This record gives sequence, C-alpha cells and structure tokens, in this order.
Amino acid sequence: MMDFIGIGFEDELFKDVPEEVRCHLPLPKGMSEKDVTREIERILAKNSHAGEVPSFLGVGCYDHYVPAAVDHVISRSEFYTSYTPYQPEMSQGMLQALFEYQSHICELTGLDAANCSMYDGATALGEAARMCARLNDGNVFLAPRAMTREKVSVLRNYLIGTGVELELYGWDEDGGVDLDDVERRITDGVCGLYAETPNLFGVIDARVPLLRGMTDAPLVVGVNPIALALMRAPGDMGADIVVGDGQCLGSPMNYGGPGLGLFACRQEHVRKMPGRVIGLTEDSRGEQAFCMTLQTREQHIRRGRATSNICTNVALVAVAAAVFLSYHGRDGLIELAKENINRARRLMDLISDIDNVQSPVFDNHHFNEFAVELPVKPEKINCILAKRGFQGGLPLSAHVPEMGDCMLLATTEMHDDEVQDHFVSMLREVL
Amino acid sequence: MRPDRRLIMERIDADAYPDVSGYMPKGMERGSLHLPKVNESELLRHYIALSRDNFGTDSGPYPLGSCTMKHNPKYADRLASQPSVGRMHHHMDEDHAQGSLEIMKRMEMALSEISGMDAISLQPSAGAHGEYAAMLIVKAYHASRGEERDEVIVPDSAHGTNPASAAMAGYKLVEIPSGEDGCVDLDALEAALSDRTAALMLTNPNTLGIFERRVKELAAMVHGRGALLYYDGANLNAIMGKTSPGAMGFDLVHFNLHKTFATPHGGGGPGSGPVGVKSFLEDFLPIPRIAEDADGMTLDWARPKSIGKVNGAMGNFAIILRAYAYILRQGGDGLKECSERAVLNSNYLKKRLENHYDVPFADPRKHEFVASAKNLKKEKGVRALDVAKRMIDHGIHPPTIYFPALVEEALMIEPTEDETMESLDRIADVMISIAEEDPATVLAAPHSAPVGRVDESKAVKDAVLSYRRMLSLREGSR
Ligand SMILES: Cc1ncc(COP(=O)(O)O)c(C=O)c1O
Repeated sequence: MMDFIGIGFEDELFKDVPEEVRCHLPLPKGMSEKDVTREIERILAKNSHAGEVPSFLGVGCYDHYVPAAVDHVISRSEFYTSYTPYQPEMSQGMLQALFEYQSHICELTGLDAANCSMYDGATALGEAARMCARLNDGNVFLAPRAMTREKVSVLRNYLIGTGVELELYGWDEDGGVDLDDVERRITDGVCGLYAETPNLFGVIDARVPLLRGMTDAPLVVGVNPIALALMRAPGDMGADIVVGDGQCLGSPMNYGGPGLGLFACRQEHVRKMPGRVIGLTEDSRGEQAFCMTLQTREQHIRRGRATSNICTNVALVAVAAAVFLSYHGRDGLIELAKENINRARRLMDLISDIDNVQSPVFDNHHFNEFAVELPVKPEKINCILAKRGFQGGLPLSAHVPEMGDCMLLATTEMHDDEVQDHFVSMLREVL
Repeated sequence: MRPDRRLIMERIDADAYPDVSGYMPKGMERGSLHLPKVNESELLRHYIALSRDNFGTDSGPYPLGSCTMKHNPKYADRLASQPSVGRMHHHMDEDHAQGSLEIMKRMEMALSEISGMDAISLQPSAGAHGEYAAMLIVKAYHASRGEERDEVIVPDSAHGTNPASAAMAGYKLVEIPSGEDGCVDLDALEAALSDRTAALMLTNPNTLGIFERRVKELAAMVHGRGALLYYDGANLNAIMGKTSPGAMGFDLVHFNLHKTFATPHGGGGPGSGPVGVKSFLEDFLPIPRIAEDADGMTLDWARPKSIGKVNGAMGNFAIILRAYAYILRQGGDGLKECSERAVLNSNYLKKRLENHYDVPFADPRKHEFVASAKNLKKEKGVRALDVAKRMIDHGIHPPTIYFPALVEEALMIEPTEDETMESLDRIADVMISIAEEDPATVLAAPHSAPVGRVDESKAVKDAVLSYRRMLSLREGSR
C-alpha cells in the first residue's frame, strides 16, 4: 500500500503535522481480550447492583424486568452496528422499527407525531421548552418546583440561548399542581407551561388536565409511559407536547445512561420539532417505504438555524422500547402498570404502620413511587440501610428543600413480597 | 420474494379496552389503547425480518465519512451486558457504585492523556451534546471575567452541529470561508476576530480530511483576542499518538466515544460525548465531578462555578464502559497504530480513485477525504446521490454525500483502520465501475436492495410520522 501511495514509511503521511504540535501518547501497552475482560470485571465487582442490594430509587430511571426477546432483537448486529439511516434503501429495517416506535409513542400519548428519541427525559423537557419558545411569544416557561435538581438544571441550561426565563410553581397539599400558584403566574408573557403526571412525588395528578383551560400557551406534559397503559392520554388532556423518560421500556438502568427521551407533539407542529423523525413514503415501485424526513429542521441542513443541535440520539434504546411494547401488547402493559401500582400501594401501606413515619406524604393516587416522611435525616437512614444490604430511596431535600426529611421510594415488579417485607422490617429496626 | 413487511401495528388487539377501575383518579382513566397482539414467535420473526433489511459494520464496508464506522468489538458488548453495569442506578450511594465510578475516573484519565486536556467530564450524551456543554462553559468563563462576548466563529467546512450548538447557547455565528488549500483562511479569521468573539470552533483534521498546519498560529490569534479555542473531536481517529488538541493549543474539546473508541452506533445512537478542558476551565465542568481519595470515589456536587447539568444522570455509562475496554485493549501504541492505519487506508483509497473522480485539494489526507462527482454529473448526469445508490447494489454502504457543502457533489469517504487492502480495493473497484457504467443503470439504482429508490420528497410533503396519522389519513380519504 505504501509503495502504491509512493511513501517509504507510515509517518510520511503525517508530514503535514508540524513538529511543534507533535506529542506522544503515554498510555500503557495494550492488553489481551482476556485480560481486559478480567480487569474490567474486577473493577465492576466493586459495585453492588440492584440484584444484590435491592434498590428503591427511581425518578425516571427504574429497575424493571427486561424480556429476553428485547435483548435478542437489539443484539442483532444489523441493527446495533449501523449508523443513522441516511441511506434508506440500506436501512429499511431500522427505519421501520423506529417508525413503529414513533407509532407506539403516539398511541400512548394520544398525539400524532413523535420523534425517534432525545437523549433522556431531562433533555427532552429542555427541547420541549425551546420548542415552546419557537411556537409562542413570551419569555417565561412555567414548570413545577417539584423536579429533581438535575432536571431543573438541564432545563435552565437548555433555555440559556432563548432569552426565556424559567419560573417554578408549587404543589398543593395532595402533591398535585397548585392551581392558584399557576393562575397567579400565568400572563401573556408565558411561552409554555409544563406539568408532570406522575410527578416527582409519584402522584398521578388529576389536576393536570385543568391546566389546558388556564392558558393558550403550549402545554407540555411529562409522563411515565408504563403508567400510560392506564392513564388518560395527554393528547386528550389538551397537551401540545409530551415528554418523559422511556428507559423503563425495556432497557437496563446502566447507571443512568443511555436513557431514552420521549418526545411527541401535535401534527400541526411537526415542522418545529427537534430531533430526527422517520416518515412514511413509497419507493420507486410504489411500495411502502420509510426514510428520515423533515430534515430541513436539522443541524446538518439548517446549521445555525436548526430546531436543535441533536445528531446522534438513542435510536437503539428506542428500538428496545418498541420491542418491549410489542412484546407486552395492550393487556401485558396494563398488567405491568397495575402490578407497579399494587407494589407501591403494598409498600406504602406496610411503611405506614411504622411509628413516626408518614407514608405516603401525599394522600393521592400514585404510580410506582411515593414520598414518605421520616423522623430522621433520610441520608442517615440510607447509610444504615446500606450496611444491611439495601439501597434506600432518594432523599428529597437535596432537590426540593421544603421536603425536609422526606424520602422518595420507588418500587417495581422486581420487588416481590419478600423483598418488600424485609426492607420494611429493616426500616422499622433502624428507626 | 419480499417478506411480510406489514407494520406490527397492523396486528392490533381488536378487543375492547378492559375494565380497569380503582387504579386511576377520576377523570384520569384511559378508554382505549392500540398496541399489537403478537406471540413471541411472531414478534421475533417480525423484527428479525426487519434486521435483515438493515446494514451494519458487521454486514460490510461502511466508509461513511465523518462517522468513523469502525468494527465494534464484541468483548466490549459482553462486558456492558452484565447486571453490575445494567442494574445500577445513578443515585445510588457512592459506596454501592465504586466500580462504576472507578471505570469513569479511569476513563477520564485516559481521555485526558489522549487529548492533552487537564480535566474531563463524561456527562454529555453525544458529540453535539458535548459541543453544547462546551459552549455553556465558554459562556460561563467569559461571564466570570465580566466580559460580554456574543459571537462564535465557525469555518464553512464545520459539521452542522457546531453552528447549531453555538446558536443554541445564544451565540451569533460568524462563518469564515476556507482558503484555496481547504484550510482556515487566516486573513478571514483575522477579520472575523474581535472583542466580541467568544470562541472559534474547529476540527483538525478538518472535514475535508486536511490537517490545519497553521493551527499554532491560529491558536495564538484566537487567544490574542481573549477568545477560547474549541476542538470538535469527531476526527480524533486521525491523530492519536501523533498530536493532541492540547498540544495544538486548544482550550476545550469534545470526544465522540462512538466514533474514535469503537462503540456501536446503534442505528443512530446512543453515543457518548465527553468534554475535556484545560485546567483554567475545570471549575465550569458539569456536576457532579468524580473525586478520589484514600477511601475511594465520591461525587462532588459543591462546585459553585459549574454550568450544572446537561443531562439527567451521569452520562451514558454503558457506552463509556465499552470505550474504556477498547482503550485498555489497544493501549497507547495500539491507538497510535489505529490512527496510522486509518490514515494509510484513506490515502490508499484516495489514490485508487483519483483518476476516476475529482478529488480536490492537495495531499496527504488524514483519516478521510472528499471526492466529487461533479465531472460525472457534467458528463453523464450522474450525481453523488446516484453513485451512492448504486454502491448499495454492491453491498457497500455509501460514503457521506453532499457534505461538506464547499465541495460540489461531495462524496466523503472514511474507510477506517479496519478495512483490509482487499476490502479497500473492492470499494475502489466498485466506485470506478460505477463511474464507467451506463448512466441509465446508475440513475435507476438501487436494483437489488429490499426497496427501490425511496421517495424522500413525498415523505416531507405528507409528514406521516405514525400509524395513528396513517389511519386518520386513510379514514379521511374514504
Ligand atoms: C465532525 C463532527 N462533529 C460533530 C458531530 C456530532 O456528533 P454526534 O452525532 O455524536 O452528536 C459529528 C457526527 O456526526 C461529526 O462528524
């Protein structure tokens, strides 16, 4: 090859790299595959995963059962070693799988359009807020104060370039939207309004549909897609945009990433959407085919005026979600949602029997997580629980200071009665 | 015969939505839900049939410029599929996550060596996300000095995400043209620089595969005006072990772990786009930072100058782990060899194609080069798009087309280090045969793909993004 190119040694091809910028790479020598495997497994052994130490953490990232069929499909290397489907004739499989994903998300949310993923729920929300700023005048985006600090920070960071300010409203005694507070804050200057159901406290908030009547600004609703098997579709509540974390649909937690940002909107707004979308079309023979579409919204065409900078997304996680939803079907998903509600109800009831603990803090419907109030700092409880082989819930005060000594507990179908009972007896002992 | 490609939704559950009371508050109950009803065998046949209509790097050559479609090593996937990776929550007590944190800390250190940067955050989810994080850092830095700078300079050869990320952060864009040699025109840069310049975004080698030789001079110009120099690390595969963004004078950089470090692209993602900075910018990196002391790893949230969070968690750990495994396997010398081999392959393929396609700009190229179909278009009416479609018939994924825009009818080719000489020759032979072929055959390509040429403008016109929409249009037309 070098002869053909007309060079004597490989470094000749780097003669354009000037001496003044040359450097060496002081990393150790390479290792055999076996040694790499051993080394990484040695390090990973320092983890205590949810299978060893039952975990009660949630807020958008959940330990659900992943059906083997999901893993099997996304392990097909035709899928996972492919790039973004720029060449539709060579990528019909991925394109159709993603179109089916979009279709599932549209069905769940009751909207006509969905993109084929954002990085995670927090960035999907950030993008939704930016989309509101494109759809509507106004320089205030209203969102609940009951959000994790991570989500609030991401949202602020996504609004930085828009000139839109983030304004946070409170919650009511039952953990739902404080309608009076929202009412007070609604002016013509509001470009978009965001609410969640289930929200940070796991509460299915029956007040969210009432928000539609309070403003003409775009309404963004945050959801849990499994809860949607039982919950009214946000599209029917008048939502313009729906976002959420989709990791719960067939993907492991993976220490928080990759996640899956759900993003759906009304048909009339598709040209203002962020992210990649797959559209239905035909091939030259008139047969059904799919391709990426509405690309003039995107950075590779529109550059500085694109609706978003996103390029690489989380397509494979979206495919996992599609397979997961097809695998369960309607009845399977309903059963799963019921089971999660039942698990949460059981756990909150058991905990409510412990003295000095309020469980749940909010007297309302919950999905698979809920807040409890403890007589001691939750961080302290978690430390003690850790020694007894449990990963407790999320101390809420780091996120919403007024929640004091409250802890958010999430449970799923992965916690059987035995695990829950054991956890509760530990908690009782510790308190 | 074309297999059954009906949408899986065509097998929808026709039964009425069951009666489920007692689970939702009043007014929040659902009345219908249309999801498919299939058994596991039908499910698998459906998706396996779809997978067979798809093409990955395991299927054949994938010289997609700018995307670095390397082989995705299987040991990395296997390591990432264990419960000690998957069943970990990012809010776990640090004590429970010492393994994940150690992998991340070590990865930060490895990326720091590779890039010549002092501190790394693994948080951003992809390259563009890393760019955005970097733009926020640029903003925070200038603000901390009480300076108002509202412009970012981007060369016309830059990837679309660069201007998009800067604009998203609220910057005005100043685009500068490339010079005759395909490099940044330093006079144009001088003219564009001012006290309003916050940063220059650059990739080196640039998207033409040309190394910006005068990068030190350029860095001095940018720094002389108090602006920062940002490195788009998408092209890092060209220079490992030869130079580094740090050595070239860059202040901050993003990496694409899913390009340079061989993690799978997953049909569009997930990727991972860590951001690295020189020490004077470390305080601005996203939180939490991973701190190490005698007792192990902890998460440090108390960073008042930090830009905060760019995603909800800690970054795409399952991708970071794969990339770290790859780095361990290659080692320093191995990574350097990857770059050497990638550059050799690119120059070999370029030389093979030179007499058949126009390849503007001078030698040598780095890991990729941009050919042009403009002569073919003039002589035979065959465009870059047609060449691409015809390559599909030969089982080779086409190059990136129509990017960068400054080359007419661009075919951007990046073979990566993984293609053998035999494979490179086949790519060349195919592209040459297409240039010589009867144009009618090329214009009607592909002929042997699962579908004929796809009508992309119809998709735009109809904007049908879901089965729901499909159905409502169907009903509407009745
Ligand atoms: C030169 C260049 N910069 C930036 C990016 C953006 O990276 P990502 O797709 O990971 O967001 C890409 C990838 O397409 C690229 O090729």
